Amino acid sequence: MALITVKDLALAYEGHVVAGDISFEVNSGDYLCIVGENGSGKTTLMKALLGLMKIHAGSITFGDGLTQTQIGYMPQRTDIQKDFPASCKEVVLSGTLGNGKFHPFYTKEEKQRAQKNIALLGIEELQNKSFQNLSGGQQQRVLLARALCATEKLILLDEPVTGLDPLVTAEMYAIIKELNEKHGITVIMISHDIAGAIDAASHVLHLHHKPLFFGKKEDYLLADVGRDFLGGEAK
Amino acid sequence: MSISDILANPLMTTVVIKAIVVGFLVSLCSSLLGVSLVLKRFSMIGDGLSHFGFFAVAIATVTGIFDFTIGNKPFSLALEFEMLVVVIVAIILLRLKNSKTKGDAAIAIFSTAGIALGSIVYNATGNNTMDVCTSLFGSSNIFTISDADLGFSVVLCVAILIFFVLFYTRIFAVTFDSDFAAATGIKSNFYNTFIAILTAVTIVLGMKMMGAIMVSGLIIFPALAAMRVCKSFKSVVIVSAVFSVVCFLIGFFIACTLSFQTGPTVVTVDVAAFILFLLISKIKAKINGKKAFNS
Repeated sequence: MALITVKDLALAYEGHVVAGDISFEVNSGDYLCIVGENGSGKTTLMKALLGLMKIHAGSITFGDGLTQTQIGYMPQRTDIQKDFPASCKEVVLSGTLGNGKFHPFYTKEEKQRAQKNIALLGIEELQNKSFQNLSGGQQQRVLLARALCATEKLILLDEPVTGLDPLVTAEMYAIIKELNEKHGITVIMISHDIAGAIDAASHVLHLHHKPLFFGKKEDYLLADVGRDFLGGEAK
Repeated sequence: MSISDILANPLMTTVVIKAIVVGFLVSLCSSLLGVSLVLKRFSMIGDGLSHFGFFAVAIATVTGIFDFTIGNKPFSLALEFEMLVVVIVAIILLRLKNSKTKGDAAIAIFSTAGIALGSIVYNATGNNTMDVCTSLFGSSNIFTISDADLGFSVVLCVAILIFFVLFYTRIFAVTFDSDFAAATGIKSNFYNTFIAILTAVTIVLGMKMMGAIMVSGLIIFPALAAMRVCKSFKSVVIVSAVFSVVCFLIGFFIACTLSFQTGPTVVTVDVAAFILFLLISKIKAKINGKKAFNS
């Protein structure tokens, strides 16, 4: 069974449908890139996948041992975080909280989990530093480590390279690729940096209020919609 | 009345101790809640709530409908009434924050309306300006807290402290990133609502001593000062709590000694300490800058 099965999904704000007819599957090990212009419904779809908004019609089913709260979500950085006093360790640790069981303080197991992901992303030296003082790329690594603390199987990345310079962007993509290939973590990535984003992707979902394309990346590159959107950049 | 007068009179000493206990606990609670509120860009909520609380106090004071006598004992539900009103306002403000009416506009509406309505109530009933002044800026002479209100305040403050400790990690998660927390299954809305309700409760408890206009100072100054010098959330919380309590005690002592009003005195001490923290952070930044330049 697929990790996530989306069937005839429609999403609406206050009764006004912003995206509809959405059907796709995400299987274990996939690297799905959701592309589309601003306002095409990407963010709305992502919120629905995370359970942050009600579904208007259709269904989202989780399988293969995945539940909705076990998605490792990496949101865009918010304004609040720009001057938020928090050590990186505190931020990463907070990713371990949603495991259902309630205990007031972090358990040993949760601390180990955080340390493992801190090591995985190579941010050991930053862990006692203040999140607000880090560079954009470093902050993204911390947020990715936090996302990994919340999941075993699947990460969902919202515009992970926004505001990063080209070098750091390439690094970020390399990290995501490694997580997917070496650690078997399924990736769903939302991006409008299409050329860079779909490079390592296995599947593409092109959204414009409804899916214009869903399938393997190779087919996307050959399809008209893909060629148009990539503006001749396709390899 | 001076400190020596107070100490000479055992009855006054108990009154002062009661005031210190309530002030201490309220300062502690408000500083902890303040960290989350300030970071969420919700600093003004204290103003909105307390100013509307002024209206509730006016109604309770002027009508006296919440004061009873059971047997021979006087008994008052005024504090409970004020709390109910302010908690309702807190819930409304939180709702509006997510709607099309901007959160800050909603707060401004309640804030101004509260003061206006409260003043009208006092005017209409011919109450003197002394009452208005006392509920706006806090008592100038040391007020009397009934034993029932003292007990109620202590229980609520201790409950808030326990809540904060038990849910500390979740409060951090929700404050830092509400969406992420919600996505991992933490009930963000529940915590946000709960923090707003606790803020309302704390403000009402502190309002009598500090005054409606001054009480929100207890929420914003400790957190802002701590944020200047601390790098982690935990240290901000601890420094903010210590800052708040120390400033309260100094302010309270000065107010007693010089017969000043408690609210403005405590807030003035908060302002002075905040400026001190600001300078410390500037100097620290300069030294670090030099170090970085030399290395």
